Amino acid sequence: MTQTASVLADPGADGRFGAFGGRYVPEALIPACRSLEREFRSAWSDSAFREHLTRTLAVYAGRPTPVTPAARLSAELGVTVLLKREDLAHTGSHKINNVLGQALLAQRRGCTTLLAETGAGQHGVATATVGALLGLDVTVFMGAKDVERQALNVFRMELLGAKVVPVTSGSQTLADATSEAFRHWVGQSETAHYCIGSVMGPHPYPWMVREFQRVIGEEARGQCAQLLPAGIPDVVVACVGGGSNAAGTFAGFVGTSARLVGVEAAGGASIGNGSPGILHGFESYLLQNDDGQVLEAHSVSAGLDYPGVGPEHAHLADSGRATYVSADDDEVLAAMVKLARTEGILGALESCHAVAWVLRAAGTDELPTSSTVLVTLSGRGDKDAAQVRELLK
Amino acid sequence: MTTVTLGRPPLERHLRDHRDQGRKALVPYVTAGVTPGWTGLVEALADAGADAIEIGLPYSDPMLEGTTIQEASQRALDQGMTTDRALAAVAELDLNVPLVVMTYSNLIRHRGAGVFCERLASAGVSGLIPVDTPLDEATPLLAAARSHGIETVLIVAPSTPPDRIEAIADQGSGFVYASTVMGTTGERTTLGDQAADLATRVRAATDRPVLMGFGISGPQTAAQAARHADGVIMGAAVMRRVLAGESANEVAGLVREVRTALDAIIEPRWP
Ligand SMILES: Cc1ncc(COP(=O)(O)O)c(C=O)c1O
Repeated sequence: MTQTASVLADPGADGRFGAFGGRYVPEALIPACRSLEREFRSAWSDSAFREHLTRTLAVYAGRPTPVTPAARLSAELGVTVLLKREDLAHTGSHKINNVLGQALLAQRRGCTTLLAETGAGQHGVATATVGALLGLDVTVFMGAKDVERQALNVFRMELLGAKVVPVTSGSQTLADATSEAFRHWVGQSETAHYCIGSVMGPHPYPWMVREFQRVIGEEARGQCAQLLPAGIPDVVVACVGGGSNAAGTFAGFVGTSARLVGVEAAGGASIGNGSPGILHGFESYLLQNDDGQVLEAHSVSAGLDYPGVGPEHAHLADSGRATYVSADDDEVLAAMVKLARTEGILGALESCHAVAWVLRAAGTDELPTSSTVLVTLSGRGDKDAAQVRELLK
Repeated sequence: MTTVTLGRPPLERHLRDHRDQGRKALVPYVTAGVTPGWTGLVEALADAGADAIEIGLPYSDPMLEGTTIQEASQRALDQGMTTDRALAAVAELDLNVPLVVMTYSNLIRHRGAGVFCERLASAGVSGLIPVDTPLDEATPLLAAARSHGIETVLIVAPSTPPDRIEAIADQGSGFVYASTVMGTTGERTTLGDQAADLATRVRAATDRPVLMGFGISGPQTAAQAARHADGVIMGAAVMRRVLAGESANEVAGLVREVRTALDAIIEPRWP
């Protein structure tokens, strides 16, 4: 493939990834988006900022995370499976990489408050955690339904000193929490930084969040070079909600021969079942009805319950550099159990979408016998234990 | 009046005429489909002294609306309102004031800007307010609107820097929509200094009519805003009454009160 030069690169001043991306926000937020873009460009080319971030990721968040050869699973499937262990990062998922980057940037800009949306609560917990670390006020917007379903995470955020605001509009889930976070940001964009949790939102967020998650792919690339005779895996796979763990993973391999595979939730497959649209500041594939009203996503994993997908994934799909597939709830539950019993790793339901694809594809043309696959395990499954217990009854 | 669509005047010319006559413009807002009788409400507001009416197309994710208009939008969607149905109803309205449609990017993007503007034009709509399409993203929409004779009203906010105010005023048409606050739609008891400051800056940058919206809750805030601008847009105050079950005639009473307050403003004609 030769189009890699323009893929997973700087999307330029207009924030476009092919036909997707952009900056569709009310005029009031344009100055804040522009200032954030300026500040990110400056910080990202400032070696002192990058060293500070790298060091904090190391001494606080536990980076680099290991790559674990999944020996028993590999033997059973006839393919070599490597797991990139984001479940071992502080707070239990890759979300901390992005939050630390954005929070240090917010501090650099002189912001005193972080705003965040959250679905399952993982991004909210990561933001509350980093807020405590850096002494920033944190307000997390969460759909009222999710507040009920994820009561433990709500308590964790509060314990960490964050304020959790239940959102009662619309379907009372992640999309509504995101709209509400934008509304509050409009009112305080000079002092508050909106810490978006995935590769979505208006420019520069999709690019900036991918850059903060790039560490996953870059570490894994080096680790694969050590672990695999060929140096690079045949296939790299990650789950896709908004798409941040996948974008960060792909960024490390886009210049190699590895096939890139993103796995959406069957009930929230924006690339699989959506059509082009605009939501929360960006143009991408979107689940919507005939009138253009946004539909609710439905998945066993709250972290993939979002009706859109990061614009760069829409572009990677259209350009053919990455392939997007989906896994349904039953496959995902089975994959969670399988991974737990063969490797002693309890993966997050989100991450188990990627594992489910490996189980399904192993031995087929998609993932032939004897091939190698790197799976990003984006988070740990402790948060899902109670829900899974009910589902397996 | 029987044939109506032809009778509705272009937006900017209409507002300029009012300004030349020393009349402050009053533009109430109605969410399409908020009640079964919403078209009757639009007509009642026009009769009560509105100079144009803003029609909001209900949308599932209205990121710039406060709770009142969010609720109105949700209620309309729950009752089955769609863009096509709203525009079909608008085409039947018997009015002698221009109509401006307010909406979010996805409803435009979903049909394509060309088709969307064509439908507005055939429904007899004069203008379009694309709430979350800032100037930077508006080029294709502005071209499509122009080719269908639709005036595109762009918003300026207190945070908008001077060079952008000029560009927005220059490339938009109809009027310049100045937001009184950094925030969402919704009633406020009083307007901050930034409202007057913004209106003054916009008026200095353009000859187009400047209307202030967001936070106008009644005669007092309307008069406060209109002292510095060419008129006001009033949304949440209207919709709150509708949601509370007031009749079209009762809601029209608010428009009459505001009309009276605006007509009492005596402003030296500016040079
Ligand atoms: C463990 C985990 N993985 C994945 C996701 C989905 O996000 P993204 O697609 O941005 O990586 C989430 C979101 O909450 C998550 O908690």
